[in-house]
Amino acid sequence: MSISINVQTHDFSVGEQHGALCSNNKSDGAVVTFTGLVREFSSGDNVIALELEHYPGMTEQLLQSIAEQAQTRWQLARISIIHRVGYLALGEQIVFVGVTSRHRQAAFEGAQFIMDYLKNHATFWKKEHFKDSSNWVEFKQSDKQALDKWQSIEQDAIK
Amino acid sequence: MVAGSETNLNDTDAAAGHVNVLFFGQLKERLKCDKLTVEIATPLSIKAFKHMLVEQNPHWQSWLEERDVLCALNQTMSSSDELVKAGDELAFFPPVTGG
Repeated sequence: MSISINVQTHDFSVGEQHGALCSNNKSDGAVVTFTGLVREFSSGDNVIALELEHYPGMTEQLLQSIAEQAQTRWQLARISIIHRVGYLALGEQIVFVGVTSRHRQAAFEGAQFIMDYLKNHATFWKKEHFKDSSNWVEFKQSDKQALDKWQSIEQDAIK
Repeated sequence: MVAGSETNLNDTDAAAGHVNVLFFGQLKERLKCDKLTVEIATPLSIKAFKHMLVEQNPHWQSWLEERDVLCALNQTMSSSDELVKAGDELAFFPPVTGG
């Protein structure tokens, strides 16, 4: 099992990441990847760019922990998480999560679980830049609800 | 200085020293401070530590004590009753918004 964690300012190639997840991998039949992009509209105004800040050290530890939690719940042989920081223009890639598994359900669920945990726990903060102003993004309750779903699934499994 | 309730007075000298304090996100911008070093004589709770920072910087109160501020002690999410000791790294930040 392998976990790759990268917090970086530079862009990444989804093709290269996908290739690394598949390379010399004869046991896994499923690869699921998610890529997050800077959106055009967020809170009604025109967003020009995003600025992403993080807590160096703690962020990498948290992402590693999220990936390890996913591997305890699903059989995920390879996990790659990339999160960019700094200034990102519209349409740029922000985040990548790629997982491999023997079968598709574990790969789909594992990738979604990692994104939901990342949104709620990983120490990143986003600031939206508009034409004449900027605004720190507020935490969304919908992200908390997405995370709660996994916790209730776990509780049901224990029952 | 606010003393930790469980501190043995004989340990005071050994416990004295610096705490590295970090701020992130909107909090950093509002406080106009990204990091500072604070001298403590004895271990004290995170809640007491925050109160001490506000006593030293009264205009920080609405951001540190009244807002939804999260805290990590030595890069682990922590509750306000945990003890801060010399040599620790203590970070304050708003709820996270990555991804």
